[in-house]
Amino acid sequence: MNIVVCINHVPDTETKVKIGPDGKSIDRTGVNFILNPYDEIAIEESLRLKEKNGGQVMAVSLGGDTHRETLRKALAMGVDKAVLLKDDTPRDSFSVAQALADYIKGVSPDMVFFGKQSVDSDDAAVGMMVAEMLGFPSVSVAVKLEFDGTTIKAEREIEGGHEKVECSMPAVITAQKGLNEPRYPSLKGIMGAKSKPIEEVQPTPAQPKVEVLVMKKPPAKSAGKIVGTDVGAVPELVRLLHEEAKVI
Amino acid sequence: MKILAFAEQRDNEFKKSAFEVVRAAKTVAEQTSGEVVALVIGNSVAAIAPDLGGFGAVKVVVVEDPRLATYSTTAYTRIVTEAVKKEGATHLFIPASSLGKDLAPRVAVRLDAGLATDCTALSVDGGEVIATRPVYAGKAMTDVKVTSNVKVFSLRPNVFSAGSSNGTKATVEKFTILLSDADFASRVTEVSKSTGRLDVTEADIVVSGGRGLKGPENFKLIEDLATALGAAVGVSRAVVDAGWRPHDEQVGQTGKTVSPSLYVAVAISGAIQHLAGMSSSKYIVAVNKDKDAPIFQVADYGIVADAFEIIPALTEEVKKVVGT
Repeated sequence: MNIVVCINHVPDTETKVKIGPDGKSIDRTGVNFILNPYDEIAIEESLRLKEKNGGQVMAVSLGGDTHRETLRKALAMGVDKAVLLKDDTPRDSFSVAQALADYIKGVSPDMVFFGKQSVDSDDAAVGMMVAEMLGFPSVSVAVKLEFDGTTIKAEREIEGGHEKVECSMPAVITAQKGLNEPRYPSLKGIMGAKSKPIEEVQPTPAQPKVEVLVMKKPPAKSAGKIVGTDVGAVPELVRLLHEEAKVI
Repeated sequence: MKILAFAEQRDNEFKKSAFEVVRAAKTVAEQTSGEVVALVIGNSVAAIAPDLGGFGAVKVVVVEDPRLATYSTTAYTRIVTEAVKKEGATHLFIPASSLGKDLAPRVAVRLDAGLATDCTALSVDGGEVIATRPVYAGKAMTDVKVTSNVKVFSLRPNVFSAGSSNGTKATVEKFTILLSDADFASRVTEVSKSTGRLDVTEADIVVSGGRGLKGPENFKLIEDLATALGAAVGVSRAVVDAGWRPHDEQVGQTGKTVSPSLYVAVAISGAIQHLAGMSSSKYIVAVNKDKDAPIFQVADYGIVADAFEIIPALTEEVKKVVGT
């Protein structure tokens, strides 16, 4: 089974975001970048599928040289091959998907995994766009995945419940928390990853269809009032919610 | 400008987001002398379609097929794309719901259109739609414009106001598309409800519990308060990581971003990634025994005390006031 997992290098979720000098993106100074948390789940699922069915897993990342760090982590977790689509020009989801799909087409995969969204731009769009460009069926936000050799049976999260979805292979799956518990790279894996090559490929140039005009901080919320420090404050709190805020 | 507004329904009933999307489209259309056509897809939905007129749709295009009783990514993609072309729509509005997030990217690709996802505000400048969308889970906001000929926008549920219907009934036009089995390459075979409660992304009030509740057995306190308020139950990441509650209740950067009118944070200290997911709520209440907890920095009303003392009393007091 030929499996591709697309991964991204994103600011740590603990990051305090500052706006950069261009006013359209974040200030990357001092920001710690990590493998996108959902992509870790996608890698784990790829590895499990390979361990069960044989084959190989290739990790692909689009971005600048800094993405090598994230590709190394994927190698350390156990992927067989890492590819950097080297280009760090700003892109919208469409042009990210275009670069990935153009590359993946040449690999003829049986399955393509993504995290359900990157925790930077939060578009949650690239996986489904790549599926459409490749002409593959897909399951997004998957929390359960079974494969019996011909049919994929998956469960996806919807508001207040789950949907069971069936589709054929090859397919695109985007991974949601709950699908699995990602493994920690072993020491042997980490050491081995250091010597594995990362293939570098020139991707399709960016042709964005969405332009960022400005990035700004959200209006700051200021601390409100402390209504009290014991149970005696409860009636006053409820009164405020009812009469002042009018939300209950 | 002609806007096609995708109106989501489940079990032949409109989701609240359907009215929000149609109303948001109407608000934009009014500023550009444009018009709004709505699209409804399902098994038997023609009967509910005219109601969208009351929110601003001049016409509702209806596509019906027994196989559309549940969602299919592939079939919906084809129908929405063909409806946009048939209507000559320049803009497509879709809710950024679980269905819309699955559908919009595919439709955008098939229309060769740019997609602005999860928008929380829309404005018009020189005839162009400018969308505001949060990034980094709301730690920053961007204003974006879509530069392709056809433009797709997905709108975050529970943010745009639907207002109330003015009672107008829209004309319904049935649109026949012959769907083959290939159009159902991916299909939903079963839908299960997990709790019967509202989802945190759709609820008007969210009551969230954190690690300070000490164990899964104590979430009864949160559930009781949520029931009294008619609220959804949310949790912090620590609670999910500890295995106390399911991930679909998690609010924050690796969970769901919510903007209810009231968010009650119980025994949640307020890690930055949690604050990112809820600080756009209209009113925030925090109950925490640590007066220095960061949650108080964003709370409109706080009680510095032990949640185990406060919450049962709060539940009783709420019952008195809302008169259940």
